[in-house]
Amino acid sequence: MAEDKKEKPLLEVEGLKQYFKINKRHTIKAVEDVSFAIYPGETFALVGESGSGKSTIARSIIRLYKPTAGTIRFLDMDISSRISRRENHLLCTQMQMIFQNPTASLNPRKRIETSIGEGLDIHHSDWSKNRRREKIMEMLIKVGLSSEHAACYPYQLSGGQRQRAGIARAMILQPKLILADECISALDVSIQAQIVNVMKAIQQETQTAYLFIAHDLSMVNYISDRIGVLHRGHLLETGTTKELFSHPIHPYTKSLLSAIPTLNPAEGKKRMSVSYDYSTSGINYDEGEYRLVGGSHMVKCTENEFKRWC
Amino acid sequence: MSRDQEILLNIADLDLTFPTAFGPLHAVRGVNIELIRGQALAVVGESGSGKTVTMKAVAGILPPNTKINRGSITFTYSNQEGLQKSTDLLSKGKRWMRRHINGKRIAMVFQDPVSSLNPTMSIGRQLTEGMIWHHKASKKEAWNRAIDLLEEVGIEDAPKWMKCYPHQLSGGMCQRVAIAIALSCQPELLICDEPTTALDVSIQEKMMDLIRRLQRKRGISVIYITHDLGAVARAADMIYVMYAGKIVEKGMTREVLYDPRHPYTWGLLLSMPDLNCENQRLYSIPGSPPTLLQESQGDAFSPRNRYAMIVDDKAEPPMFAITKTHAAATWLLDARAPKVEMPDELKKRLEGMKKEAGDSGRG
Repeated sequence: MAEDKKEKPLLEVEGLKQYFKINKRHTIKAVEDVSFAIYPGETFALVGESGSGKSTIARSIIRLYKPTAGTIRFLDMDISSRISRRENHLLCTQMQMIFQNPTASLNPRKRIETSIGEGLDIHHSDWSKNRRREKIMEMLIKVGLSSEHAACYPYQLSGGQRQRAGIARAMILQPKLILADECISALDVSIQAQIVNVMKAIQQETQTAYLFIAHDLSMVNYISDRIGVLHRGHLLETGTTKELFSHPIHPYTKSLLSAIPTLNPAEGKKRMSVSYDYSTSGINYDEGEYRLVGGSHMVKCTENEFKRWC
Repeated sequence: MSRDQEILLNIADLDLTFPTAFGPLHAVRGVNIELIRGQALAVVGESGSGKTVTMKAVAGILPPNTKINRGSITFTYSNQEGLQKSTDLLSKGKRWMRRHINGKRIAMVFQDPVSSLNPTMSIGRQLTEGMIWHHKASKKEAWNRAIDLLEEVGIEDAPKWMKCYPHQLSGGMCQRVAIAIALSCQPELLICDEPTTALDVSIQEKMMDLIRRLQRKRGISVIYITHDLGAVARAADMIYVMYAGKIVEKGMTREVLYDPRHPYTWGLLLSMPDLNCENQRLYSIPGSPPTLLQESQGDAFSPRNRYAMIVDDKAEPPMFAITKTHAAATWLLDARAPKVEMPDELKKRLEGMKKEAGDSGRG
């Protein structure tokens, strides 16, 4: 999408479709013709309401679902269809996921150390015990835990600490891409800030790219370089954070932006949120095509709509 | 606000402990909250700060092993004959509460609408249940009132939904139904426990607008429990900031948001990203909330407070009054304390907010 970038994209998603067949007559079209790219070291955020297909895209990328159509290219390999064992092995070290609920995603019967070190045991089984331990300690300190936490079980940690452990586990193999699926939504406001800071600091150090999925737009504004707005499985608008926040085109994006809560009581009282209803808006997502607004800013619409909105 | 300053609910010096396997857990440590009839109040704090437990005490749905050390909850309501009556809710038994308070005078909306509705009962039955029990309404009467209620909370085609079950509704609709159920018996006080946390951004705002509209229309009082200051900034009249089972700052919404005095409030405000200013690093409150199992001698916030003084570890700060309505519990406000200003970042942000407010006031 952003052709002006010199770098080669790390991940390219093209025309991704993900349908779920419920029965003979009924198919859920969770993701409909979505294309985007993620470049090394950047943060790409997917936003949209629940049921818009954000998580489905992440799950398709990490091969939990088999895409109905479309290709996903990662590090110049096509990972949307069958891949060899060696490619799969490589994929595991280069792409990792941070889950929404740290309590449910950590094994309650394993010590933090074991959970974090599992990747090392599989992919670096030749490492000595000392080297393994050192690496785990290094990761723990990087995410803001101390070495004493290594021997703890997940229940002994607080929610924020558990999410830190989840980040350490995803980061330990030094992947090039991390899929963070609502990784801060379940945390308190003050802890969210801590986790986001840790993620940003690690990104600066290791140049990891993030696919950040969230519905909290103020946090997305803070963390991401580029944003994609999803609704009903369609990627409606993409662009850099600045382009999207200062100059939203699509009515759905506008309504999302207008719904961000503000701290200022006076401003909040005068502001009206823009409501958006797909069924009455007269917009048909299926008819739209990607049109360039300027820079890397794209919007999916028909020609008439494009003229009307811009 | 100014019509009559009648106090609807007065929580005085409430103090609760829970016995646990690791010793007593001191969840609420002397909380004072006053709610004036017709007003909206927000209790803000991190998880584990005791905000939900305090409100559960008001609704009389504390777990049976709770130990109430001291305090009282005075609730003023009008009884069947229309006379004003004040009662200490803590002195009443569960049966009395169920009959006279729960649902009828104090109703609650819970965090997760999908799990707070009964999946085996149709929407209609859940809506009419309270009216039939409390107001002795006939089934037909209750059914018609329920349809009106659904329309009032913004559900179109209400009769069609009455026979549906919760799993057939979306999250936003479930929350609307939960609000309708809470309002069905015309309560005087509505407690909303994190009413928007489980919902999408686009629906969050609609829910807050809905509650605000209903509050004005019916003249009921509302208590919001939340950890998101942004969500309640425009809905609440008063804000109480809670930390480790205590109120650390209270005041009118404008006072707390434009002129916060407690370092914890500063931290809370700063840890929310702001759309206007772009800074490199988000400020975060270091550490995590205390476990409340250990009794701390001084200020519970002092280990995480970068402005902590020696006195903070020795003695608990009292509430220092700043204005008639605004007060904060921090030794920084003591006359002997060194003068500490709020962080520059926050100051800049607040000035921006005030400017915007001024502009809109003139415009």
